[in-house]
Amino acid sequence: MDDFGHAFALAFELIVRLDADLLEIVGLSLQVSLTAVGLAALIGLPLGAAVALFRFPGRVAVAALLNAFMGLPPVVVGLIVYLALSRAGPLGVLGLLFTPAAMIAAQCLLVIPIVAALTAQTVADLHEEYDEALRSLAAGPGQALLTLLWDGRHSLLTAVLAGFGRAVAEVGAVMIVGGNINHATRVMTTAIALETSKGNLALALGLGVILIVLALTINLAALALRDVARAQHA
Amino acid sequence: MPEPRNVTARDRASGLGGATILPLELEGVVFEAGGQTLIHALSARFNAGPRTIVLGPNGAGKSLLLRLCHGLLRPSRGRVIWHGRQDGHGQQDGHGHPGGERLDRAGQPGRETRRRQAMVFQRPVLLRRSALANVAYPLALRGMARAEARARAAEALARAGLDGLAGRPARVLSGGEQQRLALARAWVTEPEILFLDEPTASLDPAATRAVEELVLQIHAAGTKIVMTTHDLGQARRLAEEVLFLHQGRLIERSPAAAFFAAPRTPEAATFIKGELVI
Repeated sequence: MDDFGHAFALAFELIVRLDADLLEIVGLSLQVSLTAVGLAALIGLPLGAAVALFRFPGRVAVAALLNAFMGLPPVVVGLIVYLALSRAGPLGVLGLLFTPAAMIAAQCLLVIPIVAALTAQTVADLHEEYDEALRSLAAGPGQALLTLLWDGRHSLLTAVLAGFGRAVAEVGAVMIVGGNINHATRVMTTAIALETSKGNLALALGLGVILIVLALTINLAALALRDVARAQHA
Repeated sequence: MPEPRNVTARDRASGLGGATILPLELEGVVFEAGGQTLIHALSARFNAGPRTIVLGPNGAGKSLLLRLCHGLLRPSRGRVIWHGRQDGHGQQDGHGHPGGERLDRAGQPGRETRRRQAMVFQRPVLLRRSALANVAYPLALRGMARAEARARAAEALARAGLDGLAGRPARVLSGGEQQRLALARAWVTEPEILFLDEPTASLDPAATRAVEELVLQIHAAGTKIVMTTHDLGQARRLAEEVLFLHQGRLIERSPAAAFFAAPRTPEAATFIKGELVI
């Protein structure tokens, strides 16, 4: 099967000549997934820390839901967001269906449980170590939460990266709510799906190679940063 | 920086008028865990002033006693009472009674009472931040502006002889430096009472001496010291008053000189002779 060789050659060629369509697709992919992960982190980090720290009614249920939703099927999330944003849906007036905003919302929903569940674990471990000291220093509950998030920052980066990996790799949700519209909502994964169905296997594979390299680069950069910082703080 | 020399000066500095949380009184405090009674109906009063050393063999309940005093553990029975008089402004947590205990609904000391105390643990729990940021942290918790908190933290580091290490990550410091950093962090809020739980148990002699000198300095600046140790030499060096604990019971309490010269209980006598107390 020389499709692989062909695919790598094609991918290389697309990158070298900075193909405009490719750049657009890669750019939108990064924009959507990074925004979604940023928003998911803003919600998921405090949510996970709260589940780890506070005793509130329904805490166990929330923790179980977060863990279960780590494996949420993207198409189902896509469908729910689709229903919410469709013209007859509760958020239909916003007119967001088939826009990057809808894709961000769907990926954000996918990523929140991942970030929150991993955060809960990290913060719970750190809390065991810090609990007495924080109470002794008279830290209030909110202050303790922020302290644990900050001091767990190196480990929490892994949680956020896991969320990014999920967002940038999923196809079901963005396909449904974005519609894979050329020059509007086409991202790498939906482009790959499209090229595959059209029989352009080499191009599809080429895009796949680029996607993997991209995800790998971001992960390596983030982990390298973390290791430098962690070495400082032992 | 001139050190506050007495309670009044310190209270003015912390903006809390003449209020004080001392004396601390334990009233029939019992602590049970796992079906065992670890502290038996312990009553004691801690007045401002002398350095109190809680002495006793391992497992006597010294650490538990400190945690009960500091509010990290709740007594199974009995009460921990902060007797401090109110001047009408000192009590901001609103859960207490004038002249009596100040506990919140969960039975923990109110935050204002907690903020006037500090504790240093056997193994210091330092934040994953610089030495300076560790010392500035309790001030930030109390709402102090960042610049002032860092300036005060730098002074506290200097007093602890750690000025050269301000920018270093706290967790790469040596054991002795970490413990002095924990002391600097405890001192920076100018607490009325400082609990120390075997602060030198895992340190070498030089580091132990540095920690002991710092404890004396903190005491000289007006903070009540309550410290546990099982090290007899350390107790002789630091104690002005001794509480001797054995099997969860307070069996002797005396001024240090009297305790070491003529212990009243056979257990204390055995302990002082350096023999094993069983």
